[in-house]
Amino acid sequence: MPSATPAIEIESLAKSYGRLRAVDGISFKVGTGEIFGMVGPNGAGKTTTIECLEGMRFPDGGVVRVLGLDPRKDGQELRERTGVQLQQSALPDDMRVWEALDLFASYYRKPAAWQPLLDRLEIADKRNARFSKLSGGQKQRLFIALALVNDPELVFLDELTTGLDPHARRSMWDLIRAIRERGKTVFLTTHYMEEAEHLCDRVLVIDHGRIVALDSPANLVRGLRSEIRILFTAEPGFDPAPLRSLPGVARVEKNGEKVIVAGQGDRLIVVVVNALDAAGARFRDLRTEQPDLEDVFLALTAESGLDGGLR
Amino acid sequence: MKGFWKLAWVEIKLYLRQPEAAFFTLVFPMLLLFLFGSIYGNTPNPFFGNRGMVDVSTPAYLAMIIGSTGLMSMAITVSSNREKGVLRRYRATPLRPAAVLASQVIVNFLMTLFGGVLLIASARLVFGLRFEGRPLDVLLGFTLSCLSFFAVGFLLASVARTARAANILGMVLYFPNLFLSGATIPKQIFPPAVKAVSKFIPLTHVVNLLQGLWIGNPLGKHLLEIAVLAGLLVLGVAVSAKAFRWE
Repeated sequence: MPSATPAIEIESLAKSYGRLRAVDGISFKVGTGEIFGMVGPNGAGKTTTIECLEGMRFPDGGVVRVLGLDPRKDGQELRERTGVQLQQSALPDDMRVWEALDLFASYYRKPAAWQPLLDRLEIADKRNARFSKLSGGQKQRLFIALALVNDPELVFLDELTTGLDPHARRSMWDLIRAIRERGKTVFLTTHYMEEAEHLCDRVLVIDHGRIVALDSPANLVRGLRSEIRILFTAEPGFDPAPLRSLPGVARVEKNGEKVIVAGQGDRLIVVVVNALDAAGARFRDLRTEQPDLEDVFLALTAESGLDGGLR
Repeated sequence: MKGFWKLAWVEIKLYLRQPEAAFFTLVFPMLLLFLFGSIYGNTPNPFFGNRGMVDVSTPAYLAMIIGSTGLMSMAITVSSNREKGVLRRYRATPLRPAAVLASQVIVNFLMTLFGGVLLIASARLVFGLRFEGRPLDVLLGFTLSCLSFFAVGFLLASVARTARAANILGMVLYFPNLFLSGATIPKQIFPPAVKAVSKFIPLTHVVNLLQGLWIGNPLGKHLLEIAVLAGLLVLGVAVSAKAFRWE
């Protein structure tokens, strides 16, 4: 397959449940080797979209190509070459971890060796444990292992770190990056903006079944044009008034010893610190607050109302 | 078919890890055999058509095993696998959907057969069970009975929305089938009213078929039973095909 072929290509994808338009005409491409994230409020259409790509659901309209295949017609071949971690799924309670991996590996033409997967996902000590005896995080890691058991070209991960503690989440991120370094494409959905920001090359924000934004996390944040805030503690008697006239500064607040300078521009902090220094002002605990993807997300999905409700 | 036999093998292990399923298929029939066998022995008795208690009960207990794998194991496993999302996970692999269902049929059939062989061997060794039929006919009758009860179990899993509902439906059907069909209590001792009800109990037809074939009746003498069981099979498959949901 030429590398020019995108891993995923969606054109005007639409899917309705009754009168509800879960996905309402979205189009995008995901390049080979990309970590692509989809974020959005509950019910925004994330799972419907990912399930249409996985071939678990069929769209009402639009064109879907995954690894150049049509999930409807070539579902079998697609499942052979992709790995899937589903948001809601389980294994039989009494199935042991090694049995699950051994079984799933047997479904594929070219299975990966599953013993190293146990180590990579840190569940090697649980290989004889029954599924029902695993913790939430261990189950999640087992499902990731099952998604990788066929050494897939493309992995779908639907809310992979939901239910994991912060440490487990970070080690999962390392793992995802390692998957990409082997030339695989990763398509994931997440609730955690921090995750999308740290992990994804590009992020698609979806709401009400429509694309609200699609760009790299850094560009999305830059595009928000929201203000940077510089916070510091000054000595009593500090006069903040001269700061107001500095280039880029929008406003200055003083609350006791605490001073907040808000404004825009990459040079804001340099300008402010230089001015303070030049004036001989003594300050400590200086830090900045920059907008992150969470702010972008909230701003972009604000118009659609509170969390969108259940749709 | 890749992975199919491995799935069937794993399913067998899972089956045996559920104590209640293994109990009803393997242990409970033996308990009845040893209980009633030790009380009544197996001396021929005019009451049982000059055969022994064990000779008549063994094919009836086979019917009991079929009833429990079909109405209980099949219905509960399939519906709970669906409810938990196990079927969903399987569906995301190249394994064909039909293979998932076929593996359940095979596993339940093998377990029923295993329970039956265990029962027959014990009855033969301990109570001198007599067999006057044709093995192939008995196997055919046994297989048809299994398939038709498995289809009913599948039907239950298809119409029940939750595993709990399937469990209750299975129980509600299983116990009347168990006690009113002659599968546990010999029909010969039923009062007329119960005998009349018994004709409308599906498992009665399995009991009649297997008891008849056991003593050497030709298949042709059991066309009613065969027709009823084939009807159930068709009904079960047809309703399941329409109503079955993967999630």
